[in-house]
Amino acid sequence: MPVPDGAVLSRRGEIVAALRGIVPGEGVISDPASLRAYESDGLTAYRQVPLVVVLPETTAQVSAILRWCNAAGVKVVPRGSGTSLSGGALPLEDGVLLGLSKFNQVLDIDYDSRVAVVQPGVTNLAITRAVEDRGFYYAPDPSSQIACSIGGNVAENSGGVHCLKYGLTTNNVLGVEMVMMDGEVVRLGGQHLDPAGLDLLGIVVGSEGLLGVVTEVTVRILPKPQTARALLLGFETVERAGQCVADVIAAGIIPAGMEMMDRPAIHAAEAFVHAGYPLDVEALLIVELDGPYAECDYLVEQVAKIATANGAVTSRVSTSEDERLAFWAGRKAAFPAVGRISPDYYCMDGTIPRRRLPEVLRRMAALSDHYGLKVANVFHAGDGNLHPLILYDANQPGELERAEDFGADILRLCVEVGGVLTGEHGVGVEKRDLMGTMFTEIDLAHQQRVKCAFDPQLLLNPGKVFPTLHRCAEMGRMHIHHGAVPFPDLPRF
Amino acid sequence: MADQEILRPNGTDELVEAVGQAAARGQRLEVRGGGTKSAIGRPGRDTALLQIQGFDRVIDYDGPELVLTAGASTPLAKIETLLAQNNQMLAFEPFDHGVLFGLPPAATLGGVIAAGVSGSRRLTAGAVRDHFLGLRGVSGRGEAFMGGAKVVKNVTGYDLPKLLANSWGQLAVMTEVTLKVLPRPQTVQTVVLSGLDERQACLIMGQALGSQADVAAAAHLPADINGGLALTALRLEGFEPSVKARVQMVLEQFGATASCDLLPPEASALLWEQVQHVKPLQGEGTLWRINVPPMAGSEVTERLKPYGARCLLDWAGGLVWALLPTTDGGQEVRDVASTLGGHAMLIRAPEALRRSIPTQHPLAPGVAALTQRVKDGFDPAAILDPERFI
Ligand SMILES: Cc1cc2nc3c(=O)[nH]c(=O)nc-3n(C[C@H](O)[C@H](O)[C@H](O)COP(=O)(O)OP(=O)(O)OC[C@H]3O[C@@H](n4cnc5c(N)ncnc54)[C@H](O)[C@@H]3O)c2cc1C
Ligand SMILES: Cc1cc2nc3c(=O)[nH]c(=O)nc-3n(C[C@H](O)[C@H](O)[C@H](O)COP(=O)(O)OP(=O)(O)OC[C@H]3O[C@@H](n4cnc5c(N)ncnc54)[C@H](O)[C@@H]3O)c2cc1C
Repeated sequence: MPVPDGAVLSRRGEIVAALRGIVPGEGVISDPASLRAYESDGLTAYRQVPLVVVLPETTAQVSAILRWCNAAGVKVVPRGSGTSLSGGALPLEDGVLLGLSKFNQVLDIDYDSRVAVVQPGVTNLAITRAVEDRGFYYAPDPSSQIACSIGGNVAENSGGVHCLKYGLTTNNVLGVEMVMMDGEVVRLGGQHLDPAGLDLLGIVVGSEGLLGVVTEVTVRILPKPQTARALLLGFETVERAGQCVADVIAAGIIPAGMEMMDRPAIHAAEAFVHAGYPLDVEALLIVELDGPYAECDYLVEQVAKIATANGAVTSRVSTSEDERLAFWAGRKAAFPAVGRISPDYYCMDGTIPRRRLPEVLRRMAALSDHYGLKVANVFHAGDGNLHPLILYDANQPGELERAEDFGADILRLCVEVGGVLTGEHGVGVEKRDLMGTMFTEIDLAHQQRVKCAFDPQLLLNPGKVFPTLHRCAEMGRMHIHHGAVPFPDLPRF
Repeated sequence: MADQEILRPNGTDELVEAVGQAAARGQRLEVRGGGTKSAIGRPGRDTALLQIQGFDRVIDYDGPELVLTAGASTPLAKIETLLAQNNQMLAFEPFDHGVLFGLPPAATLGGVIAAGVSGSRRLTAGAVRDHFLGLRGVSGRGEAFMGGAKVVKNVTGYDLPKLLANSWGQLAVMTEVTLKVLPRPQTVQTVVLSGLDERQACLIMGQALGSQADVAAAAHLPADINGGLALTALRLEGFEPSVKARVQMVLEQFGATASCDLLPPEASALLWEQVQHVKPLQGEGTLWRINVPPMAGSEVTERLKPYGARCLLDWAGGLVWALLPTTDGGQEVRDVASTLGGHAMLIRAPEALRRSIPTQHPLAPGVAALTQRVKDGFDPAAILDPERFI
């Protein structure tokens, strides 16, 4: 992380007083015991107590806080519910942690236009809860949905098991109100489709809290499908399971969800929730289909045929809602299940072209031997998003470091086969230093200049995403290469 | 402009050189793919043409991966044919704008992306931006860079493809693009309701979209553009048994409200072709594209009636194409769009009007300033056609 600024640390009293001037009462937290609650997010290996925490309740307060901090040269880290798995909300010793938890109201629901306007601290699941009595829901469903905030979802462009068919956050957000670091409030998008000019909303979603503090979100809501049915399919090899996935898609079917687990993950899940998973298979697929009854019945049959053709040794179709949920129970509990068999685990999040899965799993097994650490895999199979869970024990000296090195090697492998470092959890601090494996300096500079357009002093959530944050003045310079040959030798017609 | 200079760089290195030199000289460039949209924007800008050509190979296409990578100057038609052979499609329904200007089809993949062109299915399947995964290109700085990736799920770094979609060649010249592709529906049927006015049509389209019938597209042709008979079209697509069931759901839902008919696949295709290419609004006049919240669609048509506007509604009312008989009413179009929470773009208009009124809807001051700073980052010498939309 950036070296803490001693001058800012020594001005702590003044900063706290200024924030109290903006947010009265208990909205400013400065006593060490209470600050500790904010020292990490979902990536608990990284911890840092913030300089001070402020919990504003209005956009005007957010604007005043950012304006003051910008003028005073004080860094700010936004925080939703703190479930980030990449350290995106990790505080700074010399920075204000700005929590959005008091922005917890659903502001407006318009069923005719199928949109909901909510404050950023509303949890993902609360949006669905607010509209479900009218038969609607909010589609992106991260596993953390009871806790994570929609503001955090916007910042991370979060996905879920249903995003193959229904898209990630970015495909379901229509507009935001956002406060920039200089305190200016802008509205990007709205209740209409597509922007008038550049798609700034598109760049804000997934920007990991580096471009502005989101204070209102407009999302699209969808009618809940008539029904959903799932298949539980077991295969003797990962290759066969992978081929089954490819064949399902080649048949023109985009399932609502298509999840794969490998042997270690299946065993951990079964031991934990007793979902009735077969234990003698190398790969388990859960394929969920949703829509009208007629569609589900038809597609269940098609998928079952494709599975048989690929040599599925287990093939069960849910015949009731309870059974469908039982199929999912093991997958949904995969993380805590792995947590039971190992003191600690480290969740990775690369994406690969799915056709490379067998090779990636083989090389991952070799890495597992090399590092002497076990790994279990859950996989959003439809879109190639892999979640290897590395098992380790933080109390054994050196194991955490080994787990991190193992994880970094897995991510390098993902990039090497044509994939990416992160499919849904974000770069944060965790993958920051690996950005160079995917992007050149020039690629990163094109991204960082976007950051400069929003926050030229680099005060908002610094130390995340970019391996080095170059000063914006430096970034703006143009390098005219090959000297300044005035009339080059170009084909002109 | 007969003697406009034309640059035809060959390959990325020459492109880097060409753009770098233009930046050094302060020579402005209009990036051109197929040129089907060249008549959009302010006329008479002092630019050289940068013709994008030779980037026309399909680089990687693997259907079950749902990903296609191709050169940016690949003809849209070529890509659509290739995908159709594999029972896939670009789900945002891009289309060739040549038709709007009476030109032969020539749209390129890069042009369609840079112009953010999405058709009727955009309502439910998303726009270009939702299917645009990655790119290589040369920014106005004369530097080759990449953004996004070649897999369908990625959050590594900023989502630059979102910025480049709808950027109209003003940030970078794209050379290679990666798009998400999806299965083509096995069958398509359209339920048409006759005789509704615009307000009823918007309500019904909204109710249909809010039902479990999984309507893919919804458009309304008012009586004055359809030979005296208003038609409201609800498109259902997918697997046969599913479409059959969903058609029944729609008929049951609206059968009592309006007279409903079921169009067979060919008639259905023809109707959506008309909507896609805005065919009922060909001819003299000024063509506007107005994006508003869907329930406001009928309000737009109402408020533009005094100007003699004839309208076609797509996206369940959220997209209004309005043809005004003269060059009057431009300011009113803008005001109506703003008041109703949307925006309006001038698509087809006489030169004089394109000189006097901005093509794109003016942005709020803060957003305009921010947009300018983002552009400055990609194109600090302001050579990428900065005046097209002024
Ligand atoms: C058990 C578990 C399961 C998970 N499953 C999934 C999953 O299935 N899919 C998935 O995608 N993710 C998953 N996650 C990751 C995490 O839940 C998501 O990234 C989530 O979107 C974070 O939301 P949050 O409110 O907790 O944000 P935080 O962790 O508080 O913050 C995350 C980032 O967002 C920024 N931020 C937060 N609010 C705002 C705001 N209002 N304005 C600007 N920036 C803001 C922060 O600065 C930070 O960079 C999981 C996490 C856990 C712990
Ligand atoms: C009547 C009409 C209606 C239209 N309706 C819509 C609509 O509903 N939605 C919409 O978004 N668009 C709309 N457009 C725009 C139109 O569809 C596009 O202009 C067309 O698809 C462009 O394809 P092209 O290859 O001919 O591009 P061109 O006309 O050559 O270029 C279009 C734009 O893309 C840029 N461009 C082209 N290639 C590249 C590249 N490789 N890298 C960077 N920039 C590039 C150009 O600079 C230009 O700004 C409409 C146009 C017309 C004429």
